[in-house]
Amino acid sequence: VAELGREPVFITGVAETPLGEVHDHSELSMVAVAVREALAEGGLTPRDVDGLFVNYMGEEGSVQVGEYLGIRPRYADSSDLGGAAFPAFVHHAFVAIAAGRCDVAVIAFASRQRTRRQRRMIHPTDPSTPAAQFMNPYGLPTPIGHFALATARHMHEFGTTSEQLAEVAVAARRWAQLNPKAWVRDPLTVDDVLASRLVSDPLHRLDCCLVTDGGGAVVVTAAAASHNTTKPLVRVLGAGEGHTHWSITEMPSLTTWAGEISGREAFGMAGVGPGDVDIFQPYDAFTIVPVIALEDLGFCAKGEGGDFVSEGRLGPGGALPSMTSGGGLSYNHPGALGVLLLVEQVRQLRGEAGERQVEGARIGVVHGVGGLLSVGSTVVLAAT
Amino acid sequence: MSAHFEPDPLSIPFWEAASERRFVVQRCRECGSHQLYARPFCLRCYSDAVDWVEAAGTGTIHSVTTVRLEVLPELEPPYDVALVELDEGPRVLTNLPAGKGRIGDRVRLDWREREDAPPLPLFVVHSQ
Repeated sequence: VAELGREPVFITGVAETPLGEVHDHSELSMVAVAVREALAEGGLTPRDVDGLFVNYMGEEGSVQVGEYLGIRPRYADSSDLGGAAFPAFVHHAFVAIAAGRCDVAVIAFASRQRTRRQRRMIHPTDPSTPAAQFMNPYGLPTPIGHFALATARHMHEFGTTSEQLAEVAVAARRWAQLNPKAWVRDPLTVDDVLASRLVSDPLHRLDCCLVTDGGGAVVVTAAAASHNTTKPLVRVLGAGEGHTHWSITEMPSLTTWAGEISGREAFGMAGVGPGDVDIFQPYDAFTIVPVIALEDLGFCAKGEGGDFVSEGRLGPGGALPSMTSGGGLSYNHPGALGVLLLVEQVRQLRGEAGERQVEGARIGVVHGVGGLLSVGSTVVLAAT
Repeated sequence: MSAHFEPDPLSIPFWEAASERRFVVQRCRECGSHQLYARPFCLRCYSDAVDWVEAAGTGTIHSVTTVRLEVLPELEPPYDVALVELDEGPRVLTNLPAGKGRIGDRVRLDWREREDAPPLPLFVVHSQ
């Protein structure tokens, strides 16, 4: 295990799929064009791919995407970690590459959840599962009700306020105003968030992410497969993951999530800490999520996340630029956001983020959250 | 709630007791730990010696949200969903009338009759 990471592992390519409302593509064709584009950045083609990391693209994990692209991997992974799967796939790809089990790994996802109106409040579940017997009859909306319970508890324990949470949405929107691809770019104030209707108290509609079509592709390679790159390389310094529960009744703590595990693992592997991080891409499915992520990863102490996000710290010009694409709150949320967090982080570390570029960004962290507050996955990336 | 009720084999004793309006949890004879939902052994000490015992039926609201959109046809919004910590330790969900529970409130057991399934355990606030 000590050998892992001795040879550097790089992200050599990233791409977004078509975004927003997509009518002229299937999910498979969306992924296909993104994979080809991401590979081309590294001077590669689908023929070079020997590792495939995909989920939520039809039956059998990565298998249908492999067929569609003519990829026959020797290493494949479709771990079911919700929106956190894609940063976790960087972890898995890193380990597989370091162990010599593949050299060119593609991570990909696309969804047309908006156009196809696929959102559901209760997921269809095998009636014999604990969730179906002991959770579903109480009508806790999925996923927002789960996040609402965590938010209410965080407010109770630490005095976090709705105004502080609204600061997260405002920061994301200010970034979105600098991103031409963002789905919503209108000005947004704390008062606007507080005036939006309550959906599952204490979360308002504008505490919630978008529902859009979208996706992306990320290419992770061994050093030996990175030589034809057309872009600056981004090195994977560290990665980690963890999960804690599925039913909210089994969650060890509503206010400390699996990010405590994944952050410790990722920073430990990277040999850097939160104080070294220039730019942060948290999974902003709901405004509470970046607040708890900042605490779990050690950017601030437990309970201080509300204060930390105040006074524009996460927004343009702030001390910790975060959600710099506009995030799931204002740029795009295709149901599983993690792949787009990686795309944005890589573009920022290459210095190609245009008007929203964070000057001098050298070390960036992506933090995914998946399931019902269940999964955390953290990736530490560095410009080269 | 789906119309189709099909408990897993380990949970049958829970729902049989619920049919008699008794709320039971698993208790470990070795370490005294309580757990719900059912497992084949104690999750704390891994002993097989787990028994179903009747819970006190009292607990404390750990968190609560008011749901303002329709999730299930039989639950008209707004209504509350609360996470209750039983005095024995395990946590369970309950419904409350909207706005009728706050974190820290004490609750006691109640039941909701269902047509196609055993009664569903609920909790009501008895002191704030």
